[in-house]
Amino acid sequence: MTAPLLSVRNLTTEFHLPDGKIARALENVSFDVMPGQTVGLVGESGCGKTTTLMSVMRLLPASGRITSGRALLKGNDLMQLSERQMRAIRWRDMAIIFQGAMNALNPVMKVGDQIREGIELHNLMDREAAEKRVGELLEMVGIQRARRDQYPHQYSGGMRQRAMIAMALACSPSLLFADEPTTALDVMIQAQVLELLKQIQKELGLAIVMVTHDLGVVAEVCDTVVVMYGGKVAEYGSADFIYNQPQHPYTQRLLASFPGLNEPSDNLASIPGTPPRLTNLPTGCRFHPRCEVKVDACARVDPPILETSPAHYAACHLCKGKEAIFA
Amino acid sequence: MNGNWTLFKRNLSEFWKSFRRNKLGLLGGFLVLTAVLVAAFAPVLTPYSPKDIVRDENGRGLTFTPPSIHGPLGTDDAGHDVWSQLVFGARISLMVGFMAGFIAMFVGSLFGIMAGYFGGGIDNLLMRITDILLVIPDLPLMLILVATLRQMDLNISPLSVLIVVIGLLYWTSTARLIRSQVLTIKERQFVARARAIGAGHGHIIRKHILPQIMPLIVANTVLILSTAILVESGLAFLGLGDPTQPSWGTMLNFAFDRSAVTNGAWWFFLPPGLAIVWVTLGCVLLGNVLEEMLNPRLTAHHLEGDQNMVMIPAPEAK
Repeated sequence: MTAPLLSVRNLTTEFHLPDGKIARALENVSFDVMPGQTVGLVGESGCGKTTTLMSVMRLLPASGRITSGRALLKGNDLMQLSERQMRAIRWRDMAIIFQGAMNALNPVMKVGDQIREGIELHNLMDREAAEKRVGELLEMVGIQRARRDQYPHQYSGGMRQRAMIAMALACSPSLLFADEPTTALDVMIQAQVLELLKQIQKELGLAIVMVTHDLGVVAEVCDTVVVMYGGKVAEYGSADFIYNQPQHPYTQRLLASFPGLNEPSDNLASIPGTPPRLTNLPTGCRFHPRCEVKVDACARVDPPILETSPAHYAACHLCKGKEAIFA
Repeated sequence: MNGNWTLFKRNLSEFWKSFRRNKLGLLGGFLVLTAVLVAAFAPVLTPYSPKDIVRDENGRGLTFTPPSIHGPLGTDDAGHDVWSQLVFGARISLMVGFMAGFIAMFVGSLFGIMAGYFGGGIDNLLMRITDILLVIPDLPLMLILVATLRQMDLNISPLSVLIVVIGLLYWTSTARLIRSQVLTIKERQFVARARAIGAGHGHIIRKHILPQIMPLIVANTVLILSTAILVESGLAFLGLGDPTQPSWGTMLNFAFDRSAVTNGAWWFFLPPGLAIVWVTLGCVLLGNVLEEMLNPRLTAHHLEGDQNMVMIPAPEAK
């Protein structure tokens, strides 16, 4: 069995709020990313998907602290590296496509220069070669080379997103984080961007971790899915398995609230209530206040993560299996 | 390099095209430019040296004479030509104003960027310094500073003292303005992206923060210039200028000291006053217009230009 490219182990991240409270945004998050594989991080807003990516890249805002856990990239623990070593790894080994490309591009810098920026910072090649690479990258994502000298406001929304992808590929990383790459784009452009990501993954063999709300996207592109709720992993396993035999009640409800094309109904199913406030987490299972099948233990004991079948994990008192140890 | 140059020329001509449309900006630019040209070509434009005594055909010195063929703006109490003093005074006023303005701009930008970007303790320290300078009344403080520095025998010219004092006191508003702008920019996502590509603080400030606040800095510099020129005139009027190198403020000081007003010698005190208005008004008009214009986000749209530049990737054959 091949070694994972990225292993996240028991990652716990806290935010220190101005009023002195501590928000526990991530707790014991563990998952693996295999080379060339696509992992989907799904869940409602505010359940820690983006925080997971930012913690792994160590780009949390000043109020964020990673209190424990490891993130091994090719065997190196990113949490132990100095800021300088971390800077050398960012973009070179792992790149990120931010949520909303319009904001992630500097409005007063030419798009081509922004793509070249990463290549230059890592001293990968001389200026002439870097220029050539910028042209190739732009063409790879379907933007004409002549657009190199334009500014982001001269690009349409879909083009900006594709420029962001080109930028992320500039240093040929082996791991690509995509934070909701298709939100804020219309359906046609969404399909193009996903198609592009799939195609690039096939050509370059990179691993992608994709954060999304869109379960349709997950079904289309992901090999493995991590379902998160309230900063914890609720369920983790292969996409096929999670779609066909979801174990955790949250996953079941999440899938049920996604309208199917084959059986259209008048009412959209939803999960009553809202995700927990991170400063005021419920006791026991974080999902129990919204869960329809809860038992007595749910309000008291936080369920451990169980291996319900080989390589499939769920954190629920109703599931059977032996306790999984991620070490 | 050649490509950059043509690009620069193109940007410049585009800049000029939109600048030309703005009447107030043109007026401001004209006012500032004429003052600078007059200062630069002072010897060519003056019939006398400012220290010459103007005499009539009989060799008598002309004191307090109104404008005549001997001098377009008449003479002062000692028989010096007012026009020549005014033209050479432009050199002093503009030099002190520009240099003090640039010092203020530099210090203000540095404080503003450091405080805004690094935040926390640095921000607190720098902003408290700014607050202290803001609440001390400027004029008395400057009078005291200039007077003490002169006494200290530091072997620096009186004009340099003026430049340094004005420059080191007038950066506070700039620092606050730039800090607030940096605060909003550093929270923007492209700064997070810059960190994600492995950029350090120096790179982020140079490549991402500075270009964003450059329009603000340029426009603010022009506005600060007008303040610096006004303040210099004020200090010189109060007698803190260099009497051997008279600026417009010094001329006003002389005029009042030597009872030009009671003698009705309007040609002695009106021209320097109007010259000060001329330059400061020019700076303010120019500064306001530059601030509006140097904002790239207001200039073009993505649908402009060649339609065929959009390429849609063909869906992969299944």
